[in-house]
Amino acid sequence: MTTTVSPPAKSSRRRRSGNTDRGFNRVFRWIAVGAGATILAVLAAVALFLISEAWPAITASPEELAAGVPRYPEDTSLLAYLGPLVFGTVLAAVLALVLAVPVAMGIALFISHYAPRRLSQVLGALVDLLAAIPSVIYGLWGFFVLAPVLTPFWTWLNENLGWFPLWGGQVSPTGRSMATVGVVLAIMILPIITAVSREVFLQTPKLHEEAALALGATRWEVIRTAVLPFGRSGVISASMLGLGRALGETMAVLMILSPGFTYTLDILAAGQHQTIAAYIAADFPESTGLGVNTLIAAGLALFVITLAVNMTARWVVARRKDFSGAN
Amino acid sequence: MAQRIDTKDLNIYYGDFRAVEDVNMTIEPKSVTALIGPSGCGKSTFLRTLNRMHEVVPGARVEGTVEMEGVDLYGPDVDPVAVRKNVGMVFQRPNPFPTMSIRDNVLAGVKLNNKRISKSDADDLVESSLHGANLWNEVKDRLDRPGSGLSGGQQQRLCIARAIAIKPQVLLMDEPCSALDPISTIAIEDLIGELKQEYTIVIVTHNMQQAARVSDRTGFFNIAGTGKPGRLIEMDDTATIFSSPAEKATEDYVSGRFG
Repeated sequence: MTTTVSPPAKSSRRRRSGNTDRGFNRVFRWIAVGAGATILAVLAAVALFLISEAWPAITASPEELAAGVPRYPEDTSLLAYLGPLVFGTVLAAVLALVLAVPVAMGIALFISHYAPRRLSQVLGALVDLLAAIPSVIYGLWGFFVLAPVLTPFWTWLNENLGWFPLWGGQVSPTGRSMATVGVVLAIMILPIITAVSREVFLQTPKLHEEAALALGATRWEVIRTAVLPFGRSGVISASMLGLGRALGETMAVLMILSPGFTYTLDILAAGQHQTIAAYIAADFPESTGLGVNTLIAAGLALFVITLAVNMTARWVVARRKDFSGAN
Repeated sequence: MAQRIDTKDLNIYYGDFRAVEDVNMTIEPKSVTALIGPSGCGKSTFLRTLNRMHEVVPGARVEGTVEMEGVDLYGPDVDPVAVRKNVGMVFQRPNPFPTMSIRDNVLAGVKLNNKRISKSDADDLVESSLHGANLWNEVKDRLDRPGSGLSGGQQQRLCIARAIAIKPQVLLMDEPCSALDPISTIAIEDLIGELKQEYTIVIVTHNMQQAARVSDRTGFFNIAGTGKPGRLIEMDDTATIFSSPAEKATEDYVSGRFG
């Protein structure tokens, strides 16, 4: 398995270099194997840590939890306590994804297929720049700029389209609601989705685009018949990357959202939702003992959600593997 | 169905570079016209001007006229999309849409422009197009499988079925057999012989035996040197080109003395 046959060397100098090459080969092999193994080890270590540290909270009775965890309501099981957090986390991420994916695909298609060469380079660089902004800056910007700007729009939505489940309830006068968080998160995940989608769209084989053109396709039809189907799995992967970031985003949510623990869909209202990551960050400084265990249990829930999301995405991509264009 | 094409003083450019110079050619309906010549002499470029695929390349443009039954394809109010519906194309490498089933590949062109087609009409069209491309018997049991799962020769015939499903007047083929094995090549050549009953066919080929086997008329393109434009040296009945061509260069090329 490890032996490699090298061609016979003609001089001693050649042989020596051949030997070093083989040495490098072996070293590189072990570096690669080591790097691969590290991923698994880290993943296992994180999972183990989460489970072992969450265990006291998972096995504790509601009375113990109420006594040991700050602001823990009476007679509530851990699942019932974490439920709204999971709901808030998923709601924020889904809102962000729903807002970001269409826009990201639009930008990516514009850069890859519509914009003149020079403009598309500038745009691409700008999008990459967006990704470099730290999330705490997004948080500040969302708090001071975006929330006040969006509030009249949220009020309008509530007054005119309040019958729609998402837009009911009492509108937050400060805009510190899940809706604003969703917009900020969408902007935060926009660059990664755009950048990956753009690369995927640019990879569309010329052959397939020309096939569509030769059948009398307009530019949009070329995109529909050749580019989008080819890029489908890539766009799903890109969205999952974005979703991962949205699920785990702490700072921006912490700074913007006025927290609450309910299951309501009223995303315009304040004090209704909280995400797991922001909850952990907010409560960690004042937690001890069982309180820390409870926070880690919440972290475990987040870990399980991201894992589930990723596996679902892989399953979606693999389901139509025959048609993926990779064969 | 089939239509006649005349090009007049056709000059083809990539930016400032003139790739093909002053081509005057008449392509007869319901016949097979072969274009031969050494690599880089502009025959594929010329072919791609006949369905306005040339201009897809940034900076590419055309001077002169390409008339189909007297209508200039490069006229001011001619839509390139309409031209391409009328003039089908088969490429060098088989390029069925990998994300579509065999059936959807055949229907791909028909379904463009949001055109609706009833299921029974679609079934009939799929069957007749695949029959037309001599592929029906090989794929009729797996129409819902991806087109990319077929062999190279079958994929190329699928592309031909896809091209004829939109009922073009003219069919352009850009070295359609160069990526195929000899058996698949024979299958395509037989098919070309059948298709010329209904379509005007223009085929670019590097294989002179193939030109001799399938075509009625042959045009010989040549290039004076690197950086010089390609020219149509001679065009005549295929038998004449291969037995007693008027030009020395043609004779040298078809007898294998260069190129």
